[in-house]
Order: sequence, then C-alpha cells, then structure tokens
Amino acid sequence: MNDALKEHINLALKKGLRLDGRKLDEFRPIAIRTGVSSTAEGSAEITCGETQIIVGVKMDIGKPYSDRPDSGTLMVNAELRPISNPKFETGPPSIEAIEVSRVIDRTIRESKTIDEKSLCVTPGEKVWMVNVDICPLNHDGNLIDLGGIAALAALKTARMLKLDENGQVDYHEHTKEGLKLSEMPIPVTIVKIGENLLIDPTDNEMRVADARLTVGVLEDGSICALQKGGPTPLSLEEIGRMIDLATVTAKKLRKIVETAK
Amino acid sequence: MAYTKRHDGRKPDETRPIIAKAGVIPKADGSGYFKIGNTEAYAAVYGPREMHPKFKQDPKQGLLRCTYNMMPFSGQGNRVRPGPSRRSKEISMVMDNALRPVLDLDAYPNAVVDVFVELPQTDAGSRCAAISAAAIALADAGLKMRDMVAAVAVGSVDGMLVVDLDYEEEAWKEGNVADIPVAIIPSTGEITLLQMDGKVKKEDILEAIEHAKPAFQHIADIQRAAIKERYAKAGDQQ
Repeated sequence: MNDALKEHINLALKKGLRLDGRKLDEFRPIAIRTGVSSTAEGSAEITCGETQIIVGVKMDIGKPYSDRPDSGTLMVNAELRPISNPKFETGPPSIEAIEVSRVIDRTIRESKTIDEKSLCVTPGEKVWMVNVDICPLNHDGNLIDLGGIAALAALKTARMLKLDENGQVDYHEHTKEGLKLSEMPIPVTIVKIGENLLIDPTDNEMRVADARLTVGVLEDGSICALQKGGPTPLSLEEIGRMIDLATVTAKKLRKIVETAK
Repeated sequence: MAYTKRHDGRKPDETRPIIAKAGVIPKADGSGYFKIGNTEAYAAVYGPREMHPKFKQDPKQGLLRCTYNMMPFSGQGNRVRPGPSRRSKEISMVMDNALRPVLDLDAYPNAVVDVFVELPQTDAGSRCAAISAAAIALADAGLKMRDMVAAVAVGSVDGMLVVDLDYEEEAWKEGNVADIPVAIIPSTGEITLLQMDGKVKKEDILEAIEHAKPAFQHIADIQRAAIKERYAKAGDQQ
C-alpha cells in the first residue's frame, strides 16, 4: 500500500504539489487552546490540519537523583493511543511513541528551558517532579513538532501546587506562581521525499518519507537537539538546507507559542 | 448536619452542564464527545475490522471491545500511570456489557468493533461519561443500533437522593454516600450498567434510579441531537 502512496505523492511533488494543496514550506494553520484540563497543573490543546493533541503537565513531590540532590526532575512522555490512528495498538509504548517522547524531552532538557534548581524544595530530600504527557486524539502527522509546541504552551501556563504543613501536595490548591522557563525550544521536522524537502508532514507523508531530520531551534537561532530518522542517508549539503528550513520555520512557530496564553 | 442543599446549587435531579458532539476524530470510523461538568470523554470507533488475536474471533457474530483510558493528567490527585490497571480493565469490561445489548453485530462474523475512550479531565462519573460518548461514537460509525445508551451516576449523599455526583459529593465525609453508576436503554428503561459503592438501603437504590429517569431522557436527547447536528452539517457541505 505504501508503494502506491509513495508513487502518488512523488508524482504530485514533481509538479510542486502536496496532496492537500500546500507548498513544500507551508505549515498547516495552527490553533492552540490552553487550560483544557482542569485536573492538570497546566494544559494545552493544539490542532493543526487534522492533527489534534492534548498535553497536560502534572507535578508531584519526590526524591531527587543522588547525583543531583538540588535539582527537580522533568519527564516527557507521549501516549500514542489507538484512539488517534488505526495503526496504533494497545500495549506497551511503541518505538514511535518512545522516539516522540525522547526527542521532545531532549529539546526541552538540553535547552535548559526549565530551571531545575528552582524545583528544589529540600536539597537531597524533596524536589518537584514535572511530568509532561503528550496525548494525540487524532494523529495526522508531525507529532514531534506539534507535541513539542503544545508541551511548551502547557508548561507556560502551568501553576505550582501548594504544599500542606506536612509537606504533602494539595492537588486542589494552586499558587499564582508558574514554572521558571528561560527558553522556548521549537522542534521542527523536515522530511525528504525523493529530492524534495517538506515541512509539517501529514501521516501519509511521514509513511513514505525517505528520511527526516528534527531540529530543536532556540531563540537566537542556535540548535539544541537533532534527530535523524528514516532509512535513507542524508548528505551534509542536505542537512545544511534542512537546518536552514527548520530555522526559518521555527521563527514563525515561535510567534504562535508566544501568543498562547 | 445533613446534606440538604447541593454544594454547587444544583437541584437533586439536575445533571451538571452537558456538551455532546459527534464526528470529532477524523481518523476513526465514528467518534463521539461527551462532557458533563468537568468530566470529559472522547470516544472513537474503529471497525468492524478483523479480530486479533485470532483465537478470540467468533464465527457467529462480531464482537465489541471497549478500552477505557484516563490520560495521565486527568485524575483528581496524583498522575495516573499510563497503561492498563485493574480499574481500567474492569471499566472496559462493564462498558462492553453496557453497550453490547443495543448493537446488532450478526452481520460481522470474526470481526471486532473497537471502541477507545480517552479522558483528558475527570470530576467523578467518568465511566458513565465514557459510555455516553461511546454510544454516540457507535451511532456515528453507522452501526445498527436498537437505541442509544445513556449513562449517569445516581446515588445518595447523606440521605439526599441525587443525580450525577461530582468528586466533592462522592468524597462527602459527613454522612453516608452511595455512588451508583447506571446506564439505561432509554426506550425500554432496561438497565445495562449497574454498580454501587457506599452504603444504602434497597428502597433508596430503586428510588434513586426512578428519580433519575428525566435525567436519562435528557442525556439521550442530547446524544441524539449531537448525531443529528453532525449529519445536518455533513448534508450542508454537499
């Protein structure tokens, strides 16, 4: 089935067309809504074309890692549940889910977006643990970029929880204080299909892509994470062009994240 | 002090505000959305499709397989660990039983109709919201159904018979609470889901369900309106 789809997509690309009529460097329109889950400390829903994802931030108090006794922890997890696409199954996380989780985790972690020291309550004993869960409701491609952007919007709007007199978390009391975020690392995925480089791939385009590169782009244009995917190698020249395209795209996406409230 | 007035000002037989939609998940063969207060459920139907694992296939009829899942941030307290739990497996099973009686799957031997429900936020009543969303999704998928299935929790809080308990009522500490999730087939009044936890007399169980009849009708009307709205819209586009 993928062979026929691949031929079809490639034929259209030869005429400079994508199946949904977009240009190669055109993102689908994005809408972000925050505060969509009253039980999360912060949450956001992103829709882009037919991809729809809900991201929630949940916090808890835990013991720090022994090698970093004064740092809180961050965990990013993607739940690619079968509600969102007929190809997903119930069961343990697929390699696709693990990759989405880890690449988004890396962009946020390596950019030091969250000041982990500010999450320390009692050194060596109690720190805040920040869990970000990315849950697509409808998966039509580009989960890394869209999940990553929605994660930033959810983190931005998250409110800290109150600790009671015993140091236990009170999940029904939030403070006005938010997380201290210093950067907004934007993940941008470029796919290579034949000789063409495309942004914001749909599910079908992802299926037939020869290679892809996700680039985590920071505000000053520097790069905080990379992940090459797909079976085909890339030349250095192609990688250069892909990073350029990602950098330009990240600027536009950054504006959308900045306006999310 | 007895519970004489509901903490959020609702009448005893009044549900929280409800929003229902059909056709919310484009990848699915049918989908539904049901929000009651701050409890929110998305349901998607995939199938009828071949049943895997194969040994579960039934050559006489298609099977219904529900999967209930809370998103990790959807609980009132700690993060809910991803993956199946005893609780989610049991709820999935009672959902099958709640919905199967209205479905006619005789035309689909060896097949399964998968229903996946995801909850982004919950404030009690999540299995009932899941069933109500799933019923919309099954109808949206165009499956042969005898009727809707409407579900809501009924119960008593410190002596007061109420409909659609929220978390605060479920966790009421100053008196006995009975939480009774119920699903009914609206046209016959037959009950397809019945569970209870708490402490209550037999008469109160029967009365609580009787007293909730208008609420079940109200929910069924909203479910049917969601389906109608979806297809009125689809018609306009053509």
